[in-house]
Amino acid sequence: MTTVSYFGLTLLTLGAILGTYFWRGMGVLFASRVNSAGAVFQWVTFVSYAMLGGLIARMVVLPIGPLEETSLLIRSLAFATGVTVFLLLGRRVLPAVLIGVGSFITMMFFSSFNVAVP
Amino acid sequence: MITNPRAVDRIAIRDSLGYPAITLLASMIGFGSLVNESGLPLGLAIAGTLGIWGLPGQLTLVEMHAAGASAFFVILGVALANARFLPMAVSFMPLMPSRRKGIASDFALVQMLSINSWAAGLKRFPEIALELRRRYYVVFGAICMTAGLIGTIIGYLGVEMMPREIALGLIFMNPLFFAVLLAGVNNRPSLIALLIGAPLGLFFHLALPDFDLLLTGIIGGSLAFWIAQRWPRPDNSP
Repeated sequence: MTTVSYFGLTLLTLGAILGTYFWRGMGVLFASRVNSAGAVFQWVTFVSYAMLGGLIARMVVLPIGPLEETSLLIRSLAFATGVTVFLLLGRRVLPAVLIGVGSFITMMFFSSFNVAVP
Repeated sequence: MITNPRAVDRIAIRDSLGYPAITLLASMIGFGSLVNESGLPLGLAIAGTLGIWGLPGQLTLVEMHAAGASAFFVILGVALANARFLPMAVSFMPLMPSRRKGIASDFALVQMLSINSWAAGLKRFPEIALELRRRYYVVFGAICMTAGLIGTIIGYLGVEMMPREIALGLIFMNPLFFAVLLAGVNNRPSLIALLIGAPLGLFFHLALPDFDLLLTGIIGGSLAFWIAQRWPRPDNSP
């Protein structure tokens, strides 16, 4: 957790919003005029996916913030449960997330790994 | 072909109020709770949801900020996390042409574009008259955004009232949601990029924490690109 002024946070959020809108706006500008399957777009999409894969792994294995107080074993098991349900039950997002999170909460309640919060 | 505006409204409401609205409500509950637990204000949660309107970018904003990355890298990271909006908008906007000349209103409408409205539009548009497609998109998108906004606020305020185990479960929902949403894309090279990125992300987080996500993206993405070039398939478009 870092302490930043509200002004700084506002600028950061605005920057993030503009950084996202950049792609949307470019999409409108280029709509139907470019081939979205072209090499540059593909590369950017893969960069995006690889980055997100890294972020997911970090959030599960090396989380920052409140999840640090939970055990790696519980996070990994619950994550694997959710993804397995997703792959087995016809790729439905909601049941997978609910069962995965449910298993996480259940393990948290019943586990001795559960570190009490001060 | 549906040519009655009322009928279009009804279909848009029915399509959005089911699965998309519930999914968005749930995922944004997770996001709102994460923002609160990261010590950030409710305003950031709301602005993030409505302004970024894409869970990966929203999570990147909170996570990179919490990790102490500098503003420049946070913004670059968020932008890269949302790069998929470019090919989405390119392929989607021409499907709902404006009655008037010009694309000025498209610049406003594109803000509502998300994976949900994109998928719903691709599915429904063939049944809807050209001039009513924007109507469908706006009704659908407005309901989705409302659900996301409500979820964000519930998550932000609710996380403090829950038992600790459940509050942590809500935060844990973020990476899981994220993983299954992305794993659902029917595009093998993108999935390869996702899987290559996972170990690279851990490695760079430990080795070069300041640039971890950017290096992961550029190296992992280029590797996936290289593989995709050597393994041409018909489903290569994002």
